Amino acid sequence: MDWFLQQLINGLALGSIYALIALGYTMVYGVLRFINFAHSDVMMLGAFAAYFLAPVLAHVLASESYLSALAIIVLAAAICAIIGMLIEFLAYRPLRRRPKLAVLITAIGVSLLIESACQHQAIFGAATRPFPKLIPQRDYQLAGLSVNSNDIGVLIVTAFLLALLWWIVQRTKMGIAMRAISFNEPAAALMGININRIISFTFGLGSALAAVAGVFYAMRAPGIEPLMGIQPGLRAFTAAVVGGIGNLPGAALGGVLIGVLETFAGGIPILSNYRDGIAFSILILILLFKPSGLLGKTEVEKV
Amino acid sequence: MNARNSKKWLLAALGAALVISYFSAQFNRYYLGVAIDVGINIILAVSLNLINGHTGQFSLGHAGFMAVGGFTAAKFTLLTAPAFFPLSLLIGGLMAALAGLLVGVPSLRLRGDYLAIVTLGFGEIIRVIFQNSQAFGAATGLTGIPDLTTLFWTFGTAAITVYVVTSLVNSTYGRGFICVRDDEVAAAAIGISPTRYKVTAFVVGAFFAGVAGALYAHHKTVMQPDGFNFIRSIDIVVMVILGGMGRTTGVIIAAVVLTVLPEFLREFASYRMILYSLLIIGLMLARPEGLFTIRKRTNAGA
Repeated sequence: MDWFLQQLINGLALGSIYALIALGYTMVYGVLRFINFAHSDVMMLGAFAAYFLAPVLAHVLASESYLSALAIIVLAAAICAIIGMLIEFLAYRPLRRRPKLAVLITAIGVSLLIESACQHQAIFGAATRPFPKLIPQRDYQLAGLSVNSNDIGVLIVTAFLLALLWWIVQRTKMGIAMRAISFNEPAAALMGININRIISFTFGLGSALAAVAGVFYAMRAPGIEPLMGIQPGLRAFTAAVVGGIGNLPGAALGGVLIGVLETFAGGIPILSNYRDGIAFSILILILLFKPSGLLGKTEVEKV
Repeated sequence: MNARNSKKWLLAALGAALVISYFSAQFNRYYLGVAIDVGINIILAVSLNLINGHTGQFSLGHAGFMAVGGFTAAKFTLLTAPAFFPLSLLIGGLMAALAGLLVGVPSLRLRGDYLAIVTLGFGEIIRVIFQNSQAFGAATGLTGIPDLTTLFWTFGTAAITVYVVTSLVNSTYGRGFICVRDDEVAAAAIGISPTRYKVTAFVVGAFFAGVAGALYAHHKTVMQPDGFNFIRSIDIVVMVILGGMGRTTGVIIAAVVLTVLPEFLREFASYRMILYSLLIIGLMLARPEGLFTIRKRTNAGA
């Protein structure tokens, strides 16, 4: 039982990271109907932004304090929001009216470009770098369970961001416009919504969430390197599909589900070697039996 | 490439491969190696072009099929030491085709982005399986595979691949591939089963990828699961995109150029993937029909 609860807590922490990334995939899919392959690389850039920000901020705020960690996360999110908007503006916007295959190939190209450019010696290099501990490391003992301060941090931040996102999407003008575009783009444009601005905003929002996820992922990982985004990115994508792509609560639910399942599989010796295959197996099963995902609506194709 | 002349082309190419391979003992070993790489890449690119280009199904798992073909063929050669080398090639191809069928039947109900990511996933799963199976040497892979790949077998297979893919696409049956690419709903409406065509393209493409993998295994004499990752698939995809999706001649030229050029630019190897990705983005923005395509097809040009 203890083992079960311990794994559940670990899984929830990992799952909230996946959920944050998955929200970016699903939001972009909602407005543009394509999968932003470069999203996982934006997450990686978030981790690197924090890596370079931490020593700079140490001059101003005490390092390894909650305040400096918060400042680093906010700044990394802002940087990634700008990067996300730039990617959309430079690579995806010119292809808005082109076949979907062209956009898909471009997205793969952008992802490869970020990865290979960052791996080059002149930028980050391919070597793994140790990531600073942004918050005080402590293990809390709760009824025989040990909970790390990183895990508590990621759970609190994710809960806060989910609430914030829900408020933005449901209550603000931007959020209403986002939902309008996802519902019917031409009609939204006719109602005076500036499509380009909303799409840009969506990319910014998704990329900021990815950056936060990147920082927390880096804190759990042994270190950071330019390809660190690929595996969590694929899992988060799976999470978005499992929850029903385009559906925000679905993405959060899917993320937590994948995180928990993966952690449990990692704890079982026979399955642990196949850890990388598990998310894909779930993805394939979901796509075969319920392609619209757990919370998604089935779409009827009109000609 | 014209359908009517394709048999003549095939015979000419086979003849040329035979003549060249007769003199191959006199060639520099390094150039010989590069030439075989060119042939293998032509097979991979032309077979992927059937899936990605002609049928319009964006697959990112070609390296996985290559791995299946390579590993089974190498294991077969190591176990039985067959007297006739093409038997290994055939077995590699058939196993890859079987893998293509197993992957294709469930995943080809999906489209576009989903298909891309599922094929990517299958490619990775195949790699993880090889990495964990003791029969195939686990992470170290297979070593000491006899060096059986010759210039003749490579270019002979390449010629057959080009012939089969071209004749298939240009046949009455093969028009279905293009039909599925251009409009799946319309294809279904006139009685062409998109899934059947997609699976056919997948199985044929996987077969040749498997043969290419078998040639590769008997050329490099070692097989390591790590060599068949996502980046290997992307290499092949870049050849297809650069050559122009659905244009066999362009794809062959792209395969040759992208194999030979990196050999000359070894000191810039760290820029290779950066250049590839910029090429992909640039081509999609400016010239989606590919770099090595001179003449646009009038029929079926999308």
